[in-house]
Amino acid sequence: MKILVCLSKTPDTTAKITFKNGNTQLEEAGVQWIINPYDEWYALVRAIELKEKDPTIVLHLLSVGGADLDPIIRKALALGGDEAIRVNTTETSDSFYIASQIAEVARQGGYDLIMTGKETIDYNGASIGGMVAELLDLPYISAASKLDLNGTTANLSREIDGGEEANEVSLPVVVSCMKGMADARIPNMRGIMAARTKPLKVVEPVDAEKLTTYVNYELPPAKAGVKMVSADNVGELVRLLHEEARVI
Amino acid sequence: MAVLIFADQAEGHIKKATYEALSYGAKIAELTGTTAEAVVLGSVSDDLGALGQYGVKKVYHVANEALNHLDAQVYTKALAEVVQQSGATVLVFAHNLTARAIAPRLSARLKAGLVAGAVGLPDTTNGFVVKKNVFSGKAYAFVKLNTDIKIVSLNPNAYKAVAGTGVAEVVPTTITVDSPKVKVTSSDKVAGEVPLTEATVVVSGGRGLKGPENWGIVEDLAKAMGAATACSRPVADSNWRPHHEHVGQTGEAISPNLYVALGISGAIQHLAGVNRSKVIVVINKDAEAPFFKAADYGIVGDIFEIVPKLTEEVKKLKGIA
Ligand SMILES: Cc1cc2nc3c(=O)[nH]c(=O)nc-3n(C[C@H](O)[C@H](O)[C@H](O)COP(=O)(O)OP(=O)(O)OC[C@H]3O[C@@H](n4cnc5c(N)ncnc54)[C@H](O)[C@@H]3O)c2cc1C
Ligand SMILES: Nc1ncnc2c1ncn2[C@@H]1O[C@H](COP(=O)(O)O)[C@@H](O)[C@H]1O
Repeated sequence: MKILVCLSKTPDTTAKITFKNGNTQLEEAGVQWIINPYDEWYALVRAIELKEKDPTIVLHLLSVGGADLDPIIRKALALGGDEAIRVNTTETSDSFYIASQIAEVARQGGYDLIMTGKETIDYNGASIGGMVAELLDLPYISAASKLDLNGTTANLSREIDGGEEANEVSLPVVVSCMKGMADARIPNMRGIMAARTKPLKVVEPVDAEKLTTYVNYELPPAKAGVKMVSADNVGELVRLLHEEARVI
Repeated sequence: MAVLIFADQAEGHIKKATYEALSYGAKIAELTGTTAEAVVLGSVSDDLGALGQYGVKKVYHVANEALNHLDAQVYTKALAEVVQQSGATVLVFAHNLTARAIAPRLSARLKAGLVAGAVGLPDTTNGFVVKKNVFSGKAYAFVKLNTDIKIVSLNPNAYKAVAGTGVAEVVPTTITVDSPKVKVTSSDKVAGEVPLTEATVVVSGGRGLKGPENWGIVEDLAKAMGAATACSRPVADSNWRPHHEHVGQTGEAISPNLYVALGISGAIQHLAGVNRSKVIVVINKDAEAPFFKAADYGIVGDIFEIVPKLTEEVKKLKGIA
C-alpha cells in the first residue's frame, strides 16, 4: 500500500497581505510560511495514523515548487512519512500545471491513495485534487471528513451541500481532506531528528500547459467603520439593517 | 459559442445557488453577444422551462436516473458530452460542494481554464479576466483564462438572481452514462434547511453562549430572520454544535449578505471564514473585542439580554406574531 500526500505552502493566517510591483505580486517580506492547514492537519496526519495502524504502508509527501519549500517539507517529515519528493519549479500559479506535475509523480509511483487538502487558504482553488483525479482517470472524493482503509477498499464520509454522506470505493482513489479526518499534531524531538535524514528527492517538472494567468490583485475596500447602537435601543439596529443596509 | 450553466439539483429540485449562476451566465451571454443555456443532470420534479425566467433559452435535460446522485467522475464525463453537443465556450457553476467536485475535473478534461469562486462578471475588453477571492477574503485576484473554453464557478451571494418572464425550451438529451465507481452507503441530509454556504443571512454563536443549552436564543433569532446558523470553532470542537456549522479558516468560508455574530471574539482565523459577508453585526459584552473592527454595526452588551429583544424587534418588522 502506497500513499501520496500533497502539500503546499501558504502564508500564515495572521499574515498581513499586501502586494508589490503595481499589485501584480505578493509582498513576501515579513510573511511567515506554513504548510497549508488542510494538508497538514487533515491529509498528512490522517495518512500518518493509517501508517501507524498498518506499518507496511509506504507514505510519500509531495510538494511542487521551489527550494524555499524545503523547510516546510522537513517539518512535514518531522510529523511522519518515509520520504518526500519536490517537483522543482517556480511556476506555481496555475492549478492545472501543478496538477499535471502531481499526476506525473503519481503515475511513476503507483500510489493507491492520493490525498490533498480541501483547498489552499491562499489561492482558495479547491481544484487540484479534482484535476489530478481526472488526469489519472480515478474516482475523486472531495471534502472528505473521514477515511478508513479496509484492504483495497476505502470507506469515507464526505460533505455534500446540506449534509454528509458515507462512501465506499475501491482503490486507487484521490481524496481531498477537511476537518474531522484527524487532529492537529506537533512534531516531537525524535520526529525532528529523524526528518533530517529522510530522503527529499528533487525532480524536474514535466511539460504542461498553463490554463490561467494571475494578472493582478486588489485589496478589499476598507470598512467604513462600525456604527455602534446602544444596548437599550435594539429596535434601532433592526431599523438600520432594514432601511440603511437593506439586508433584512 | 453559448454560455452553458450547470443547474445543480438535489432531490429533484433546483438549488438556490443555481439561480444566481443562471442570472450570472445570462449576463455573460448578453455581454458577449451569445445565448445562455442550462444543463440539468438527473430526474427532476421542478418545471425546467421556468429556468427561462433567469435568461436561459434552452435547458438540456439528461434525465438518466444514474445521475440522480453526484459521482464526480460520472458527472464530468456526462457534462463534457453536453458541452460538446451544445458547443458552449463558457461554462458556469455555482461555487458549492458539487462544483468543487466536478468543475476541476472538467477543467482538466477539456483543458479549459477555471476560476473557482468568482465574485464579479468577466472583463472581456482584453481577453477574459475574472475577479475572485484569494487569501481567505483578505484580497481579490484578477485571473485571465487563456483557453478556448472557460469555466467559472460563482461564489454564493456574489451575483443577484433576477427572475424575468421567459420560458426555456427543454431539450431531452441522451448521452452515455457510466456506472459510478463510488458507492453511497448512507446519506444524512439536514432536511428543508438552506445550506449554510448558500444562506443570505447567517446567525452565529461563539463561546459567549456558555453552553449548548443556551442555543435557543440563537435559533429563535435565526428563525425570525430566515437565517442559517453557524458557530465558532471552539463551539464545534466542544460538540455544542454540529461540525458543519463551524465557520472560519478551518471550517466553512461563507459570504452571506448579513452575518450576525453573538458572543464571538473575532479572532483572525474566524474572520477568514466570514469577512466576505456584505454586512456584519457584532454583539459582544466586551467593547474591546476585535470583531468590532471588522463589523458594520455593533452593540456592546450581554447577548442573553439583547438577543431575545432583537428577535422580538425582527418579528415586529416582519409582521410575525
Ligand atoms: C490555526 C488556527 C485555526 C483556527 N481556525 C478557526 C476557525 O476556522 N474558526 C474559528 O472560529 N476559530 C478558529 N481558530 C480559533 C480562534 O483563534 C479563536 O480561538 C476562536 O475563534 C474563538 O472562538 P470564540 O470567539 O467563540 O471564543 P472566545 O475567544 O472565547 O470569545 C468569546 C467572546 O464572547 C464574549 N462574551 C462572553 N459572554 C458574553 C455575553 N454574555 N454577552 C456577550 N458577549 C459575551 C466575550 O467577550 C468574547 O469576546 C483557529 C485557531 C488557530 C490557531
Ligand atoms: N504546489 C503544490 N504542491 C503540492 N500540492 C499542492 C500544491 N498546491 C496545492 N496542492 C494540493 O492541492 C490541494 C488543493 O489546492 P488548491 O486547488 O490550490 O486549493 C492543496 O490542499 C494541496 O494538498
